[in-house]
Amino acid sequence: MQRYSGFGLVKHALRHHEDWQRQWRNPTPKPGYDVIIVGGGGHGLATAYYLAKEHGITNVAVLEKGWLGGGNTARNTTIVRSNYLWDESAALYEHAMKHWEGLSQELNYNVMFSQRGVLNLGHTLQDMRDIQRRVNANRLNGIDGEVLDAEGVQSLVPIMDCSKRARYPVMGASWQPRAGVARHDAVAWGYARAADALGVDLLQNTEVTGFKIRDGQIQGVHTNRGDIASKTVGCVTAGNSSVLAGMAGLNLPLESHPLQALVSEPLKPVLDTVVMSNHVHGYISQSDKGDLVIGAGIDGYNGYGQRGSYPTVEHTLQAIVEMFPIFSRVRMNRQWGGIVDTCPDACPILSKTKVKGLYFNCGWGTGGFKATPGSGHVFAASLAKGEMHPIAAPFSIDRFHSGALIDEHGAAGVAH
Amino acid sequence: MSQSALQPNRLAQGGQIDRTHALTFTFNGRSYTGHPGDTLASALLANGVDLVNRSFKYSRPRGIVAAGAEEPNAVVQLGATEATQVPNVRATQQALYDGLVACSTNGWPDAQRDIMRWVGKLGSPFMPPGFYYKTFMAPASMWMTYEKYIRKTAGLGRSPTQPDPDIYDHMHRHCDLLVVGAGPAGLSAALAAARAGARVILADEQEAMGGSLLDTRETLDDQPAAQWLKTTLAALVEHDNVTLLPRTTAHGYHDHHFVTLHERRTEHLGDSAPSQAGHRQSRSRLHRVRAGQVILATGAHERPLVYANNDVPGNLLAGAVSTYIRRYGVVPGQKLVLSTSNDHAYRAALDWQEAGREVAAIVDARTAPEGDLVAQAKAAGIRVITGSAVIEAKGAQRVSAARVAAIDVDAFTVTGKVETLECDTIASSGGYSPVIHLASHTGARPVWSDDIIGFVPTTVAGVTATGGAHGVYPLGEVLADGVEAGVNAATALGFAATVNDADLPRVAPRHEGPACALFQVPHEKATLRAPKQFVDLQNDVTAGAIEVATLEGFESIEHVKRYTAMGFGTDQGKLGNINGMAVAARCLGQSIPETGTTVFRPNYTPVTFGAVVGRHCRELFDPERYTPMQAWHVAQGAEFEDVGQWKRPWYYPQKRRTSEGEGLETMAEAVARECRAVREGVGILDASTLGKIDIQGADAREFLGRIYTNKWQKLAPGRVRYGLMCGDDGMVMDDGTTSCLAENHFLMTTTTGNAAPVLEWLELWHQTEWPELEVYFNSVTDHWATMTVTGPEARKLLTELTDIDLDREAFKFMDWREGHVAGVPARVFRISFTGELAFEINVQAHYAMHVWEALFAHGDKYNLTPYGTETMHVLRAEKGFIIVGQDTDGSVTPEDLGMYWAIGYDKPFPWVGKRALTRSDTRREGRKHLVGLKPKDASVVLEEGAPIVFDPKHAIPMPMAGHVTSSYYSPTLESGFALAVVKGGHQRLGESVYLPMADGRVHEAEIVGTQFVDPKGERQHV
Repeated sequence: MQRYSGFGLVKHALRHHEDWQRQWRNPTPKPGYDVIIVGGGGHGLATAYYLAKEHGITNVAVLEKGWLGGGNTARNTTIVRSNYLWDESAALYEHAMKHWEGLSQELNYNVMFSQRGVLNLGHTLQDMRDIQRRVNANRLNGIDGEVLDAEGVQSLVPIMDCSKRARYPVMGASWQPRAGVARHDAVAWGYARAADALGVDLLQNTEVTGFKIRDGQIQGVHTNRGDIASKTVGCVTAGNSSVLAGMAGLNLPLESHPLQALVSEPLKPVLDTVVMSNHVHGYISQSDKGDLVIGAGIDGYNGYGQRGSYPTVEHTLQAIVEMFPIFSRVRMNRQWGGIVDTCPDACPILSKTKVKGLYFNCGWGTGGFKATPGSGHVFAASLAKGEMHPIAAPFSIDRFHSGALIDEHGAAGVAH
Repeated sequence: MSQSALQPNRLAQGGQIDRTHALTFTFNGRSYTGHPGDTLASALLANGVDLVNRSFKYSRPRGIVAAGAEEPNAVVQLGATEATQVPNVRATQQALYDGLVACSTNGWPDAQRDIMRWVGKLGSPFMPPGFYYKTFMAPASMWMTYEKYIRKTAGLGRSPTQPDPDIYDHMHRHCDLLVVGAGPAGLSAALAAARAGARVILADEQEAMGGSLLDTRETLDDQPAAQWLKTTLAALVEHDNVTLLPRTTAHGYHDHHFVTLHERRTEHLGDSAPSQAGHRQSRSRLHRVRAGQVILATGAHERPLVYANNDVPGNLLAGAVSTYIRRYGVVPGQKLVLSTSNDHAYRAALDWQEAGREVAAIVDARTAPEGDLVAQAKAAGIRVITGSAVIEAKGAQRVSAARVAAIDVDAFTVTGKVETLECDTIASSGGYSPVIHLASHTGARPVWSDDIIGFVPTTVAGVTATGGAHGVYPLGEVLADGVEAGVNAATALGFAATVNDADLPRVAPRHEGPACALFQVPHEKATLRAPKQFVDLQNDVTAGAIEVATLEGFESIEHVKRYTAMGFGTDQGKLGNINGMAVAARCLGQSIPETGTTVFRPNYTPVTFGAVVGRHCRELFDPERYTPMQAWHVAQGAEFEDVGQWKRPWYYPQKRRTSEGEGLETMAEAVARECRAVREGVGILDASTLGKIDIQGADAREFLGRIYTNKWQKLAPGRVRYGLMCGDDGMVMDDGTTSCLAENHFLMTTTTGNAAPVLEWLELWHQTEWPELEVYFNSVTDHWATMTVTGPEARKLLTELTDIDLDREAFKFMDWREGHVAGVPARVFRISFTGELAFEINVQAHYAMHVWEALFAHGDKYNLTPYGTETMHVLRAEKGFIIVGQDTDGSVTPEDLGMYWAIGYDKPFPWVGKRALTRSDTRREGRKHLVGLKPKDASVVLEEGAPIVFDPKHAIPMPMAGHVTSSYYSPTLESGFALAVVKGGHQRLGESVYLPMADGRVHEAEIVGTQFVDPKGERQHV
């Protein structure tokens, strides 16, 4: 793999940038692989990378029906944080956070992980109780965070209306300084390039149309480019997971919903942290390019169209202008949508299935991006060993039978 | 001073501007004049302002390129005051008004002398696409510093720092037919449909309707096009069934013909919306249109050619040159070279020459152009160079020459010698791209048409593209196409309509020769070695950048877009995207349709946040809900708490005298006083906000039994029961009392915040699972006001005001009675959330204040004390009564709460949550249980949310055994106390737990039962 560096850039500039290497190959599918990953988004590519890097399993294919990183990896609002309430989720997201720190260097690809901090605002007494509880729980789990009062919030975000005039005045917030944002596309590309360099075949425009299962054991997949054999298949297809599970005769407790986001026109720097409010219901950050990146909750209906309904956009901007009255004259450039697969307890599924060798990594709902490195890391370990990694184990699909749900709705799980 | 000295590029005649009035405006601190009818762009060009901005990445000087929504460069900061700043306004779409203040968005100290240009000049070789993915990685700790400076150089305009003085509004509209675009196609379509009787909305984004008719050279019925335009607009105005919306952009097409239109109502008048007859006007308005049919007459955007240094000021679109000359009376230069691939662009040279300025040459990529316009140009003596193109512009802050050479389009090579033509303006045209954005917003993919060398919309039911929007360009055909679209839409809507050719104006036939497909122009040097050839001007994306992206394996057009940032600007690639796709296709050795387009997303042009928000801001963001006693609470000086949308009195601080003088009680003092009043005398709570659902029907009782965990079969009329509701996961989701009003009639109460979700929950189960049950739900929360009179003196007080027999035996605990209180009909419920004797009085809301005041009139002698939610919380917690959402969090079962008595495992029908409660995890040992906590130090009030551990010396991560859910100081117990959930808590009564706090302190507390006061529950029965 051609190493990237400032020095390399100068060398290439002298050669008019004519001999940059491909970041990944465009291979033809082999008849079979040791492991097949279905879904070439961030989580799938990270899984493939860690399989090759940490487990020496390099005979791996990632099958992507479109372009790499073209699903929710390309559509999210790029927020990364690990201040989750429950031990199980805190362990998972903090595992990811530790990988985020240093990911650019590990991949030799600047994913622009920017630890500019995340504020989760509280507007009611109950919000503040929940914030106290969550920050306390985080502290005991070794995750950074503190509880700020309204003045503390105001001093971090001078442009926000923290006055008593607001409809739901800001009473305080949780503040995670290590949290922040990252460049979503670069995460997919960085993992793709590194996985490819280790020998992983990244097969774009390759759509899985069915599974080959014999005696309860996965044998491979049918694709639009022919059959590909493997005894280990990991599905990491977010909003399309139910569709894929259906092909294997499985039912997953998932609902696919549209989730929308929008950006303003690029502005000079005006907001340098991430501000999230579940109560007023909107969240916002400013990208390095200058766009205000804005999101809120899912659309209420189910669907696979990568777009949502207009009232959701209206409500989102109402919340943003309520929090930031100065943005009223700023203009909205673009809106878009993705399909999120939501679980009843707002936590993901990382699990074996009743088909031997067939694994699912899905159900990330509205908050999967932040978990990308951790999800890939523990999922790869699970595929490599045939046993779910301890951090992944609580997220087994069995929890919907046993009732051992990890309900993140309560304190942290609504808006991501 | 003469006008020409003031506005050197303004023609003495022509254009649709009003030369009799002068408007003064300021750009980058300098004062200029223009005229009504000007855009900011035309006025700047008239004044000879070449340099309007610095580019985003390389800080290159940039001038005005286009005349409409597709303008990528002339993006300015508008606003004379801080509060009225608007970032990123396109000068080409901003009408000029007197006193307008604008400046460039980039460049320091100004766009002319910009310091960053040196960074751009020297650094640009080291800034290929995605260079930031390859650098700034070492040392890792420096990234936040690098990023700080990267952020400083990014962005365009700036946000205002003061709140917006203007208001915005929404209008909901329905129509038979929405026509987007009032050019020749849209006008004909609208008129045809209107004549057939359809209700039509015609929206157009420009200051004046007419589209291409505003600057065409062609005649209609041998008259200037303006004449036909005037007549047609007059005819449309005549129709009552037509709504004309000028300055209105259809920016989003959503499913089922829902189209959002942004009407800029006052942005042409001044910085801020002027008042009209004393009323504030909305600055702009969002029309939410649901149409039966939609006609897209959005025209086409001209494509510039991609050649070296095509970004130097003085490089314009050919069509824009004509527009500025013909519509605004402005010639943006002295000497023109036109580079074209088609006939149509020739009119720019003809217009230029007719305006009295020099045309150096027309450079045509075709070897044998042969249309009528070509002949006209030749006849006018203009030099036409064929088989050639402008391969490079020369000049620094303004074009000084064009380098012209013969090219082989197919082989992508320069084949002849380069000739340098002196000029100050290069107009280019690479053909036209239909404006297909709206047609693609709902996911329909456009299709490539070789005939017009462009993408056209696919068919979507109910949506018709007409005229230029689907590649029909000659004016006569456009008019006919529009009429046909209008007639077809009207017919589809059920109106009788036919095409009558006699209605169509006569257009002189004009022969146009075929265009050639030219996008990027070859240069003598390879693309990566030639001077920059810009594809996306706003984001500084060059043809070379796209080539590098494809070299690096970015083959999907979405990857190319994301890696290079092509099309991510505020123009969303209106000028550049097709050229970019063509460059990518060339590099990948495939066709443009194989390369495909990226996805078009709303908005077509940016929309003010305020307009999307409409009136739903400030006091109308989420209207506050008040109980009927609100005015009384305010008069009493209550502090309020937000509970759901309601404002509830939190506590009532009274005046009190201390050694420091007179002042208000603290919250702790007020709550202690209120608590004592209830425990010792009588208090009153405004409980009107609790959700109330009226449930009726033959199966109402059966339904309650299925939705609640406990039993309802035997609840007799006149009786009340506490009910617990679980989700289908077996976790407690709400609680409250339900009263039997009659055999088939119940009144359910819910928590304040859950009133709407519980009603939805009931409807969900009824409608989707048990539709066979005859049961009806009605929210009556607002209909009834509720006042809780509670305390040992409650009966005495109420007896004075009611005809209901309050005798202990006649009106037992958990009974309800109907009668009168203070002379008005009332329902009185003997239920208690304080543990004291309590009566909840429900009266119709409009009687409530009277009853409330009557209670106080009689209550004086009992020291009747109003108490707020904080006191309510203390009193209920002392009794171990839970608050759902505070003591529960979606992970707590009824058994975890110790409420075995409220679970009817033996009920015949498996109620919601029952199955989940039999699962292994809900049956396991060691679940968290609700318990009481008594701090070892009675003066300590534990923090709500504090963590509970068994071993406070354990290293991090320290296993958590639970947390404090509710914690208060009890004036009755004279100590702190708390409710908490603790692992295995019910089996740990008497044990100690520890609470390690953020400040390092560790509290110790004893696990106790949840009932701190009157554990036997005797007081509520008195």
